Amino acid sequence: MSDTGRGDLLLEVRNLQVHFYLFEGVVQAVNDVSFDVHRGRTLGIIGESGSGKSVSAQSVMGIVPSPPAKQLAGEIRLHRATPDGGIETVDLGRLDPRGQEYRDVRGGEIGMIFQEPMTSFSPLHTVGDQIGEAILLHIPDSTPQSARERTVDLLRRVGIPRPDRAVDAYPHELSGGMRQRAMIAMALSCDPALLIADEPTTALDVTIEAQILELIQELQDDLNMAIIYISHDLAVVGGVADEVMVMYLGLVMEHADAETIFDEPLHPYTRALWQSIPKIDGPLEQLVPISGNIPSPFAVHRGCPFYARCTERIQGVCDESPPPMLEPRPGHTVRCFLYADDVDLAANGATGE
Amino acid sequence: MVAYIVRRSVMLIPILVLISLVSFAIIELPPGDWVTYQIENLRASGIELNEDEAERLVKMYGFDQPAWKRYIRWMRGILFKFNFGWSFQWGKTVNELLGERLPLTLVISISALIVSWIIAIPIGIYSATHQYSVLDYIFTFFGFLGLTIPTFLLAMVLAWYIFKLTEFAPLGLFSIEYMDEPMSMEKFIDMLKHLVLPLIIIGLNGTGALIRVMRGNLLDELKKQYVITARAKGVNEMQLLFKYPVRMSMNPVISTIGWILPGIFSGEVLVSLVLGLQTTGPLLLRAVLAQDMFLAGSIVMILSVLTVIGTLLSDILLAALDPRIRYSAAAAR
Repeated sequence: MSDTGRGDLLLEVRNLQVHFYLFEGVVQAVNDVSFDVHRGRTLGIIGESGSGKSVSAQSVMGIVPSPPAKQLAGEIRLHRATPDGGIETVDLGRLDPRGQEYRDVRGGEIGMIFQEPMTSFSPLHTVGDQIGEAILLHIPDSTPQSARERTVDLLRRVGIPRPDRAVDAYPHELSGGMRQRAMIAMALSCDPALLIADEPTTALDVTIEAQILELIQELQDDLNMAIIYISHDLAVVGGVADEVMVMYLGLVMEHADAETIFDEPLHPYTRALWQSIPKIDGPLEQLVPISGNIPSPFAVHRGCPFYARCTERIQGVCDESPPPMLEPRPGHTVRCFLYADDVDLAANGATGE
Repeated sequence: MVAYIVRRSVMLIPILVLISLVSFAIIELPPGDWVTYQIENLRASGIELNEDEAERLVKMYGFDQPAWKRYIRWMRGILFKFNFGWSFQWGKTVNELLGERLPLTLVISISALIVSWIIAIPIGIYSATHQYSVLDYIFTFFGFLGLTIPTFLLAMVLAWYIFKLTEFAPLGLFSIEYMDEPMSMEKFIDMLKHLVLPLIIIGLNGTGALIRVMRGNLLDELKKQYVITARAKGVNEMQLLFKYPVRMSMNPVISTIGWILPGIFSGEVLVSLVLGLQTTGPLLLRAVLAQDMFLAGSIVMILSVLTVIGTLLSDILLAALDPRIRYSAAAAR
């Protein structure tokens, strides 16, 4: 495991494009999305509903419902560890989502936690049965007995009291927080290299949320997992992520490390998001909501999709052609015309407003 | 679980009492009774009955007593002597008549239910997993056809076609040459051959509806989060389908036993008439026409009781399959 250290590149997503072909029209759910995920680090994806954050993650998992969805372009390269200690690269986008190879990755290399702990488990099977299923599928030479023991260990590890009894419990016998812990145990059951958490705490109350977040970070440190953390909650992402990607209507608007993006946001959308949430430590100020609504997902935009709501829009530019992805600072990319002409101007715009 | 079954069984008692009351009321509802029907019949054939004779008949059969007394007498016979009364029309006890026909009715009804499940469940699963495919449309088309074509019409048409094509008359339970033979292997096979058509026709009656139920349920379940969770574990699609959503969508199908059984019993009346099967259906029809009250009432009651028992069985089956039902049953205790 020496060559799979912390910070090594694990997943590269390049120019991913996923469209949904619905009766009402085409939804460009994910358009030209690229990102990297490194071992032991957390990528936060922020966006409103319909921004494409979940579809991006589901594409990595190969569980986007298809039809109606179709991956039109892009690569999803996973650098997986081979049993002999080497690294092999597979393009998940080219695998058959129902095929054996992808199924080995899903639940094995990549685990996923979902938003709804209440409905994530089948109500007809015990928690132990459902977690054990993943173990039996992915851990070589496991028997029902060993799977059960491992499940009890996992349940203990995620902080479920009396795990030897919880293993035989049905989901309706556990509370929401306990169910989400069990869900985490399931996602971690086969030591994944990557954990995708799709709004794992949205359905939970705030104290439980804090416990779950703490648990996820603890497990990350222990297992050197990479995490993709998806949320619309900026405070949560700010707390867990090493780098942050902001999405709007299927496009990546801004991407930088967490500190930079919170302290020096460049994109007008990111800045507007920041102004719309209260801060505990800063001076008391008026919250500024983002004006207008998210455009219809079926709408096709000639220019920037945020144009209609943007306070800094340049008429005749932003509504005429799609904004390019720029890198005004190393490692800090932004999709906005404001930074097009000259990188110095961009830096000024970010600091002196 | 045992407590649940006991509790449900005890809850049946008032329902059964109500059923017996309603059955009795139904046979009391039409004006007149067996004696007036007989006197009418005799008059029609030219025989005049004098008043004394008529009165003697009324007294003999107890029609001069008030309804509630006759009900109690009837129920007492059933409960304590297992005697369902006397059939005026056949001159036999009801027990004897039903003993001949009830087993066949049950065999046909239950087999028809199984036939409709065997046809409907796989088709429903296919239709849901291949929604809007060509085969789905074809199944949907035939499903609706099955829903709308009256079974007796289908029975007549199919019986005629089978006779036309194979010279085999699928009427009655036995071919003429076996009619008076003792039971033998050949006779048994002959009987099975006669049973195929009625089974399919009676079974198809519920199949169309059941396909729609199964398809709709499964479509709902396939969209549920737990299916995606299982997929995210890397479970093979086929295993996943049968372990999770199919099992979930079986619940409503099992609870259809309760309402599909009466449908099969009544659908069976017409088909049996058309195909000349000696089941309780045609017997009930003639008993009602002739105001053969104890026979009619007994059949109505027995079929209702069987339906109630079917519902109980489906409830027990549901509790066995679904831990949430067991749980709420335990919580209610």
